[in-house]
Amino acid sequence: MGGFLHDIVAPGLLSSAPVRTAVLVGTVVAVTSGVVGVLTVIRSQSFAGHSLSDVATTGGAGAFLIGVSQFWGFLIAGIAGAALMELIGVQRRRGRDVATGVVLGAALGAAALFLYLGTLTSSTTGASFTILFGSMFVISPDTVPALVASGVLALVVVAVLSRVLLLTALSPELAAARGVRVRAVGVAYLVALAVAVSLSSVAIGAVLSTALLIGPAATALRVTKRPGLAMAAAALIGTVATWLGILLAYDSYYWTSGGRGWPVSFFVVALIIVGYLLSYARRPRRGRTGRDRAARAARARENQEVPECSPA
Amino acid sequence: MFSSLMLNTWIAASIVAVIAGVTGFFAVLRGQSFAAHAIPNGAFAGAAGAGLLGLNVIWGLAVFALAGALGIGALGRRTRQDVVTALVLVLMLGLGALFLSLSTEYAEVTYSLLFGEVFGVSSTVLVPIAVLGAVGIAAIAVLYRPLLLASALPEVADARGVSTRRMELCFLIVMALATSMTVPVVGALLMFALMIGPAAAARSFTRRPGYAIALAVGIALVTVWAGIAASYRTNWPLGFYVGVIAAGFFLLGQGWSAARRRAAAPRPAPPS
Amino acid sequence: MAVQAGQELLRLEGIGVRLGGREILRDVSFTVQPGEFTGLIGPNGAGKTTLLKVILGLQAPTSGRVLLNGRARQRRGGRLIGYVPQKLAIDPDMPLRARDVVALGIDGQRLGLPLPSAARRELVDEALRATGAEAYADARVGELSGGEQQRVMIAHAIISQPRLLLLDEPLANLDLRSEQGIVAVLARLAREQQIAVLISAHDMNPLMRETSTVVYVAAGRAAAGRTDDVIRTEVLSALYGSQVEVLHVHGRVLVVAGEEAGPGQRPLEAGLAAADGRS
Repeated sequence: MGGFLHDIVAPGLLSSAPVRTAVLVGTVVAVTSGVVGVLTVIRSQSFAGHSLSDVATTGGAGAFLIGVSQFWGFLIAGIAGAALMELIGVQRRRGRDVATGVVLGAALGAAALFLYLGTLTSSTTGASFTILFGSMFVISPDTVPALVASGVLALVVVAVLSRVLLLTALSPELAAARGVRVRAVGVAYLVALAVAVSLSSVAIGAVLSTALLIGPAATALRVTKRPGLAMAAAALIGTVATWLGILLAYDSYYWTSGGRGWPVSFFVVALIIVGYLLSYARRPRRGRTGRDRAARAARARENQEVPECSPA
Repeated sequence: MFSSLMLNTWIAASIVAVIAGVTGFFAVLRGQSFAAHAIPNGAFAGAAGAGLLGLNVIWGLAVFALAGALGIGALGRRTRQDVVTALVLVLMLGLGALFLSLSTEYAEVTYSLLFGEVFGVSSTVLVPIAVLGAVGIAAIAVLYRPLLLASALPEVADARGVSTRRMELCFLIVMALATSMTVPVVGALLMFALMIGPAAAARSFTRRPGYAIALAVGIALVTVWAGIAASYRTNWPLGFYVGVIAAGFFLLGQGWSAARRRAAAPRPAPPS
Repeated sequence: MAVQAGQELLRLEGIGVRLGGREILRDVSFTVQPGEFTGLIGPNGAGKTTLLKVILGLQAPTSGRVLLNGRARQRRGGRLIGYVPQKLAIDPDMPLRARDVVALGIDGQRLGLPLPSAARRELVDEALRATGAEAYADARVGELSGGEQQRVMIAHAIISQPRLLLLDEPLANLDLRSEQGIVAVLARLAREQQIAVLISAHDMNPLMRETSTVVYVAAGRAAAGRTDDVIRTEVLSALYGSQVEVLHVHGRVLVVAGEEAGPGQRPLEAGLAAADGRS
């Protein structure tokens, strides 16, 4: 315990450059993922988010193969995947799940190939691990501007489109009738999603990025139904989980004498899941709030109501 | 390619394909393809954990896959299933990452657990695979009728006395046990492709449920056999071929469905 | 399963259902005789589906009891009752033909694999003929129209020879011709195979010709009896608790809201008593 406090209080933690980078990037990632994630959950597209993250794996592996920074691989593959998914279509939910999943399968197969070929040509070991499970502490400083910029861009896109996105989530037909270009908006959203996923992949790995996307959002939506509030809550939850994760990972080096730390991604994921489970603990009691009572009264009135003119 | 060394590989892969085809048919029917993705990942975490603790990999696989399946089944009742499944999936992977990072030879093990390693199938692993595969198929055979009823006509099933909830749990458990055995062979991330691709393709080609299962198994077998042959020749990972070939069959099925719908002649009006 | 002569098939006594702190049904009682064609009528949200679930054993009533063939309902399922749900969630690609769906009606609840046999095939063909669905027996059930799917589901429900057939809003999304077709099929089944039919609907008119009895559900309560006795202004007004008018217009029946409720509304029982002439 003493070692723990020592970490926070002592300048050791924040004076370490990798940690500072991790905190900065981690915050951008958490906020972007939280906000985009809320929209994803509302639009019931969690599976799409996960598929994109696996497609991003392919991109990361491909980037590794050709020797380019993994973030660009994640991003380009993510956007390509997003465009492809929008093309495959958004018709029946069930059909879409299967189509997305099969495409994901092919993409992961390609990822397997790239990783294999990459290990043949390069000498870096453990590339599989960082692509799949994150490289929060080994982010190279020259990619930081790109990471931050794309995060901010995605947030701006979402902020501008948020009302339209909620409308199309509610009823695409209604939105189309109101003159909304549903397809274009859908693509814009998926691109923002691809960016969020890529950022998340850099931080905690392609395969785990769904946690930052879905977890805080799902938790926030259990606590409030107002989208704006949920987005803020999700960003907050994600950020707290990321900071704590970084802290614990840094501290874990001292837990065993071997000097081997636990991965940041594990802590972040575990904390997010704990947060989600905690949201089950608070359950408002029935009939207590004024809103519940009003709703019940309205329903009761409805039942007594005689339809204006109805066939018997 | 057909030496005695490879014999285990052919047998193991064939068993995997049969299990994948049968469970995949129901997974697609029930619209639970995402769960088919999550449960093998649970197996991945289990394998990693078992490796860390020095236990037989089999136990870790089965226990974690089951835990994942039951987690989805239990939590999925109270909230949205897609969110819960995603979280369970990720939790399993996170644990797997932890276990792997704590063990010493994580690079190769990671790779093989996620993408498969057919060429290292030992005889000791083959027997449990065969046994658990047989058990899984027997379970599906016994549950066939009520499972089909609960999957295709859930509204009616409850009225007929078939508990859809119990069928759901049974199915998830069977999927967990069956796929946990197949993960070391095909890999956690690609088991899903083998389960869903052939089953989704099969339903495009035939309307009869029995034929669809048989066809799903057949397509899965062709996929792994072609994959093994190609992998042997080029030394590229089996998972790559499985993913691509499964997607290929799926697209063929989609094309066939589209062509069939366009060519459909109008039916005579029904008598009143 | 043979029904003793003179014994009613289904009896509900004082059924009450309370869900989430809200009283959905209160003191609902009626009987169904063998071979009877009964309409379960009421506006949307009145509790018709809940009532059907109580009869099926899927919803435990908070009060009252259900008697099937004179015996209290034990558990779900059983061969006595066939059920046709409102809408199926089936996608067009599903590998299940109409005849496969109907075959599931024979023994879909039993464990094990179905053994194909000539006898099974004959049973399925018969059921499809009885509902007029034989023309599309081999088509994918997900590609059938609403009316066609209804016929297939009716065949599925009757193949195990139930004595009572429950249908939840089967006419809701059908065009006029399909509506008439379904009602004709059901009426024929009731007549020829002595299957009692309880069909829920919010519009009674398509059923007017065939129903002899009606259970009208509104405001959580029900009035049951012969059609002409129940669909009357005073009975329905007592049921709704406010003034409604029953109009007969061009052979169709309309229930419209009347003036606001005044003091001295007659209670339900008195309304019924007035209907059959007692005082």
